[in-house]
Amino acid sequence: MMELLRTAGLSRSFGSLQAVLDVDFAVGAGELRSIIGPNGAGKSTFFRLIAGELPPSSGRIRFKGRDITGLPQHAVSRLGIVKSYQITSVFPHLTVFENIRVAAQSRATAYNFWQKASALGAVRDRAERTLVAVGLAAKASHRAAHLSHGEKRNLEIGIALATEPELLLLDEPTAGMSPEETEATMRLISEIAGGRTVIVVEHNMKLVMKISQRITVLHQGQILAEGTPADIRANHRVQQVYLGGA
Amino acid sequence: MGRVGALIARHPIPAFFVVFAVFPFVVPYKALATQVLIYGLFALGFNLLYGYTGLLSFGHAAFFGLGAYGTGVTLARLGVTSVWAGLAAGLVLAAAGGALIGYLCLRRRGIYFAMLSLAFAQLLYFVGFHLSWITGGDDGLRGIPVLPVGLAGVRVSIETPLAFYYFVLVVVGAAVAVLKRILDSPFGAVLQAIRENTDRAAACGYDVTRVKLLSFVFSGAFAGLAGGLNALYLQVVPIDTLYWTTSGQVVMMALLGGAGTFFGPFVGAGVFLILEDVLSVFTESWPLVVGAIFMAFVRFLPRGIWGTVVGLEIMGGLDGPPKPPERSHTPRGTRGVARP
Repeated sequence: MMELLRTAGLSRSFGSLQAVLDVDFAVGAGELRSIIGPNGAGKSTFFRLIAGELPPSSGRIRFKGRDITGLPQHAVSRLGIVKSYQITSVFPHLTVFENIRVAAQSRATAYNFWQKASALGAVRDRAERTLVAVGLAAKASHRAAHLSHGEKRNLEIGIALATEPELLLLDEPTAGMSPEETEATMRLISEIAGGRTVIVVEHNMKLVMKISQRITVLHQGQILAEGTPADIRANHRVQQVYLGGA
Repeated sequence: MGRVGALIARHPIPAFFVVFAVFPFVVPYKALATQVLIYGLFALGFNLLYGYTGLLSFGHAAFFGLGAYGTGVTLARLGVTSVWAGLAAGLVLAAAGGALIGYLCLRRRGIYFAMLSLAFAQLLYFVGFHLSWITGGDDGLRGIPVLPVGLAGVRVSIETPLAFYYFVLVVVGAAVAVLKRILDSPFGAVLQAIRENTDRAAACGYDVTRVKLLSFVFSGAFAGLAGGLNALYLQVVPIDTLYWTTSGQVVMMALLGGAGTFFGPFVGAGVFLILEDVLSVFTESWPLVVGAIFMAFVRFLPRGIWGTVVGLEIMGGLDGPPKPPERSHTPRGTRGVARP
């Protein structure tokens, strides 16, 4: 498997708190990886570092062999790493379709002042495909603010997906969802993962075990274990962290 | 009003020309109509930054003033005889000012941004005040000639108030059409995405700071064109053009009419100027009354006059209850938010 992303000694501290500490992590192209860990393990911070939302305190990030450490988020996004948000972050007063279209449009130029945004055929097609993929076609003309929680979570994924990222980072995509919605969203993620690299941070163990090829366990900012779902299930230290407290 | 509103929504530019073609015959006198057009354009330029990009500038007098002095100096001091060249000079100067002031202000967000914009505008005011050999200082820049305008190879006189009004209508109408085009473009969509959620727009791959800066340049250019027209209209550029009260007025106009709607700022400018005109007959403290009305709007109709009309009539409102879909929806042909 070709390696897509690698971090070396990646660390980030907030004051005296070491949120992420010396993480060496690699993911191969086409992989569906899950990152799990107790609350405060540094999962979200790790994602934010990779996506360029936060600069690391130390360490390097390489994407497709290129050092992307310290690049601003929009540049990282343009290279193909896009993240969805744990706390829903959409464009509330735009319609669902516009939410997705403006994301799809980002791979074309932002500095097109003269054409109509609605006239860009390729962008519209991609937006429509994404809309169908995340199951929101029927809600296309609704304002994002008016969607239900579950629908907003899917829109959240849709906005990330519409940019056609090579590496998609999903931060707790099923947060706050009902069991049925969770099930549907996980199916969606499995579908998305066909043909692209996805890293998911997720709390629902049953689903993580079901969909992931490999799992990385973070604990107190460090990698505690890494392996196949079966490895992780059998791992004594992981059991301790999850069952016996830290 | 419902059908009229929908018609305006669908054909905003023709509607604009129709309304303003008869406008001077509706208001008490022609000059007031001209002022509404000029300040309407100014407010429209301001609204590009505030209503669409989500950046509250308290220093838009800077761009209005740069446009006015740019046009005024070109015509009155440099001996240029083309009105178009004069307006172009004002527009370019204001756009350049937008680039510089925007670059400096965008290093901060929120209230600090607003305060910086105010500070730079006041800075410019004092520069204008002291550079009296160019700007006329406290006396204002005088001696801006009324020149005939070259239109399609013919030199047309714009000396009568009505001729001047229609000249302004042509310029403002063209600017409005260009602005509409920009807002409907992919760039316009990015502006609105930034207003809605700056961080997410960056996450989608947009260089947010650069887009904001461009929005500043455009906003400055439109405000500058309005300033240039005002210089032609008054034949003088008073130093007050750069004063912070001018910045305050344009904020009030935009909010009164409805920020974030396309024509709201125009409606706001109209209402503001007509109120001023009517009230100043009765009392010198007319700003007190306008201020009270403004506060009532902010409190009770935060979407402004046009925003409320449009919200009720056309799209169920920005924050109103969700509208049921009109028909089984296919995304194809879904158009942008039709806020006219």
